[in-house]
Amino acid sequence: MIEGLAALYIFMLAGFTGYEIISRVPVILHTPLMSGSNFVHGIVLVGAMIALGIAESTIEQIIGFIAVLLGAGNAVGGYVVTERMLEMFKPSDKGSEQKGSEG
Amino acid sequence: METIIQASYFIVAAIFIIGLKQMSSPVTARRGILWAGAAMVIATLVTFMAPEIIDSDQAATNVGLIILAIGIGGGYAWWSGKRVAMTDMPQMIAMYNGMGGGAAATIAAVELLKASTETSHDPSGTMTIADALGPDVAILGILGAIIGTISFSGSIIAWAKLDGRLHRSKLLPGQHFINAILAIVTVGFAVSIYFSGSDLTPIIIFFGLALVLGIFITVPVGGADMPVIISLFNALTGLAVGFEGYVLGNAAMIIAGIVVGSAGSLLTHLMAVAMNRSVANVFFAGVGTDSGVTSEGIQGEMKEIQAQDAGILMAFASQVVIIPGYGMAVAQAQHKIWELTQLLNDKGVAVKFAIHSVAGRMPGHMNVLLAEAGVPYDMIYDMEDINADFKNTTVALVIGANDVVNPSAKTDTSSPLYGMPILDAIDSDNVIVIKRGRGAGFSGVENPLFFADNTKMLFGDGQKAASELIQAVKEL
Repeated sequence: MIEGLAALYIFMLAGFTGYEIISRVPVILHTPLMSGSNFVHGIVLVGAMIALGIAESTIEQIIGFIAVLLGAGNAVGGYVVTERMLEMFKPSDKGSEQKGSEG
Repeated sequence: METIIQASYFIVAAIFIIGLKQMSSPVTARRGILWAGAAMVIATLVTFMAPEIIDSDQAATNVGLIILAIGIGGGYAWWSGKRVAMTDMPQMIAMYNGMGGGAAATIAAVELLKASTETSHDPSGTMTIADALGPDVAILGILGAIIGTISFSGSIIAWAKLDGRLHRSKLLPGQHFINAILAIVTVGFAVSIYFSGSDLTPIIIFFGLALVLGIFITVPVGGADMPVIISLFNALTGLAVGFEGYVLGNAAMIIAGIVVGSAGSLLTHLMAVAMNRSVANVFFAGVGTDSGVTSEGIQGEMKEIQAQDAGILMAFASQVVIIPGYGMAVAQAQHKIWELTQLLNDKGVAVKFAIHSVAGRMPGHMNVLLAEAGVPYDMIYDMEDINADFKNTTVALVIGANDVVNPSAKTDTSSPLYGMPILDAIDSDNVIVIKRGRGAGFSGVENPLFFADNTKMLFGDGQKAASELIQAVKEL
């Protein structure tokens, strides 16, 4: 498992990675990227599944159920809106840029 | 089994990072989200095999509940995400983001409940939640709980505001003071949970206070600042997910959460800079909610123009720059605008789109709408790239934008917009403003551009006005 200092390293490296990813983004993609990162933290669904999986009492199950419900909403909703947005981005039909649309 | 699961999480985290990287270029963006989506499916399927879930005493019931909850939550999100109009995207992102924050907070709640139960079994009766979880897990877990809960209730308020269910920013007397006190009390209860045992009262009060805090923080924020707030809550949810990932020892959650937390923080900062405001300023001074910032008597009067004349002016222009704003989104005029653009192109008029980084309710909001209408992204220019070009522009067509072309941001030190970089539409030979009425913009600040000598107002709904312009150009 990930503990103590190892986790600190992960926190640091992940922090720099996020910073790097966004620092060279055209404004045109800010909304899709915000939406995309909104989808990525939908990974919380996995944690919610474990929280509900280890629930023992009824109250824990109820709260865990809500967690999975919300987490699934985040993941699925985030995906659907991001995909819909990005589907629309296309370059103008000038020969030289055709390679972009098929890539 | 454990190895396979951990390896899968590792791959999933890697794909998320690659996917986000691909989403940062228009050419590969589509592929990025497809990859990330596939990774999410893998992560979800693999988790069903996690030993924590399978070895639980209640494995059968819990797995059933998990599938049911994914079905309901995912099904609702799928349905709502598919049918929402492009113009309403910002509030949907706010809502899905709030759900993520809520999920992180409820994970923390389950962990705290379990720890609390564990302390009640301790024979000596001195065991605390910190002892049960370990100090590092307890601290990050509680921190994630605060952040996630604030993001949850705050995002819901943001959604309600953008969706028009909650009007006008209300600022109670001494609101900031109340918020500060509330924040301190919430943190106090967070600390008390750390040292508490089987008593659930502090946990319940803590979550209640954090919920209220999220609401109180968001309610006074002006509508024009919503992009910044949504982006900030997005970053906060990421952080909360990362922290709860540590609690659960889940590497995929830690990496994905922290990457989003840091990327979102930077994005929030970029947005605030684009409006020449600090993030703190967005929270502590809502534009248009302060008293006495509105109209201070601008000289001159608005000159009206008819669609026919405006159409002629544009058809014989050498270059037209279109500046869309939230009004275009409301009127759903983007398709008509694109039709108009093609007509003008056929007549040999060069047409460019100028987009301010905070036009609309989210950064890039206008780009998404124009893309929906079919406008290729190489016709669209950022503020830095187009501003010098306004001098060579015959007609600047402002449709539904206001504050982002307000010259008082440059000249009037008393204006709340002062210092915000703007699109220099006023430099072009003619400015045509399509606007529904004579009122001030979303921020409540008067716009001297509308009174300038080279400005003509074309009053009416954006879609209707655009149709009339199309008609006028066609008739030539």
